[in-house]
Amino acid sequence: MIRNITLGQYLPGKSIIHRADPRTKIIVTMLFMIVLFIIDSIWALLGALIFVATAYWISKISIKFAIKGIKPILFIILFTVVINMFMTEGNTIVNLGFAQITDQGLLRAAIVSLRVFMLITSASVMTYTTTPIMLTDGLEKLLKPLKKLKVPVHEMAMMMTIALRFIPTLIDETDKIMKAQAARGADIGTGNLLERAKSFIPILIPLFVSSFRKADDLAIAMEARCYRGSKGRTSMRVLKYGKIDVAILLSFCIICSGILLIHYLI
Amino acid sequence: MKGTPFEKKALENINLEIDNGEFVALIGHTGSGKSTLVQHLNGLLKIEEGEISVAGMQTKGKDLKELRKKVGIVFQYPEHQLFEETVYKDIEFGLLKQGLEESERHRKICETAAILELDNALLEKSPYELSGGQKRRAAIAGILVLEPDILVLDEPAAGLDPAGTRELFDIVTALYKEKNITVILVSHSMELVADYASRIIVMNKGRIHSDGKPSEIFMQGRELEKIGLGVPEITELMSLLKKYRPDIRQDIFSVDQALQEILKQLGVKQ
Repeated sequence: MIRNITLGQYLPGKSIIHRADPRTKIIVTMLFMIVLFIIDSIWALLGALIFVATAYWISKISIKFAIKGIKPILFIILFTVVINMFMTEGNTIVNLGFAQITDQGLLRAAIVSLRVFMLITSASVMTYTTTPIMLTDGLEKLLKPLKKLKVPVHEMAMMMTIALRFIPTLIDETDKIMKAQAARGADIGTGNLLERAKSFIPILIPLFVSSFRKADDLAIAMEARCYRGSKGRTSMRVLKYGKIDVAILLSFCIICSGILLIHYLI
Repeated sequence: MKGTPFEKKALENINLEIDNGEFVALIGHTGSGKSTLVQHLNGLLKIEEGEISVAGMQTKGKDLKELRKKVGIVFQYPEHQLFEETVYKDIEFGLLKQGLEESERHRKICETAAILELDNALLEKSPYELSGGQKRRAAIAGILVLEPDILVLDEPAAGLDPAGTRELFDIVTALYKEKNITVILVSHSMELVADYASRIIVMNKGRIHSDGKPSEIFMQGRELEKIGLGVPEITELMSLLKKYRPDIRQDIFSVDQALQEILKQLGVKQ
């Protein structure tokens, strides 16, 4: 019943991007986002768009998934487009009487929407090609220096791993409970607002109860295996920097400087 | 998950007819599609190809309420669906959704509670205070109170001890005989299936592997082992005994039958 959650979903594959070290992908994505905010010429942004499209092409992820990820924020994009179109000064193209669309406005709208579009799609490439576990692993390794400042990096990564690990479980659980209650005649999400809110009670209460039980079981299972935080803990998958990562980082640097060059020269 | 790498065909080429008043068992290995199949019976899952007609109604239709009144599904670990403050209120949930009168509801709940041996003190407790077996029975009561014509039980004995399992099945059998309902039992326990069902449908990889009386099904012992199932332990024992007594009967599925046969073989008169 509820299976259309795409954000943060991993799509298995064997491409170079799939095989790259999660740290590489995190760094590249972060840097790319910074670059996206620096550049504000349409040509540089179009260059960046080619980069994102290439990333999708290499990772063999269908464009459908890129668009799926955009859907939730489509409204925000449209909103910014409209605001920018009307609120920027410049030469009037269309005059509606109470407001006018200017050439500068259109340009700004294109720039802003392209930027938001790429922010989402570039982050999606990372989550589509990396399992959540790998992502948190990479994040933990990247944030390791913060340990010196007594930041509980490992614990935070563990919490994230567990939270991500339980998303599918909870979806399954919700699905099961929804079916069980529907079989008893519950109609979920119908009627007026109050009825609709009420109809979720038979789902949420069992879900909470089972989540608490699962958390408790997991805590006991972890303690039974002598889990005591990060001290002296080794990892099953040791992340290794390979040739692919160096290649990706290098080509990314070149592309970025190209994009920045366009930005500063034009 | 259509159109993604995760797409998988769960059921294929299913041609099945179940008559009124049958006690059918669906068996199969994990992932063989038996739970998926039964969820189609009251329209919780929609078919993409073909058609299903239950009690004269199409499961593709819009009006699933009427269908869900006829078909009661008890899911695996049904106690996970309990949510009300008291057991009584939880059993009442489905009846309230049907819009029945207070007195009518009370009568039905008391009747069902009596069948499932839930006493009055228990009905006033919170479902979370009950023991495992009691929870299970309370949850099943929530389905039975709707008086379905077709009762589907998905692994009803999972996680229960042998005594609890017997108890539950005796209740179901009594209900089956008394009210003349259709029972569809999903299980992978051969012993249970052999003892209670009058017809067995074996599922494998989303297809029907074989369909017939328990005696017919269990005679193909090796075939069943190939798809990860086995015959009841007692049947296995009889086939081992064949080495020593070539004429010993093989179509035996319960301990009682086996006892009779062995006594006969030994020439002991009762």
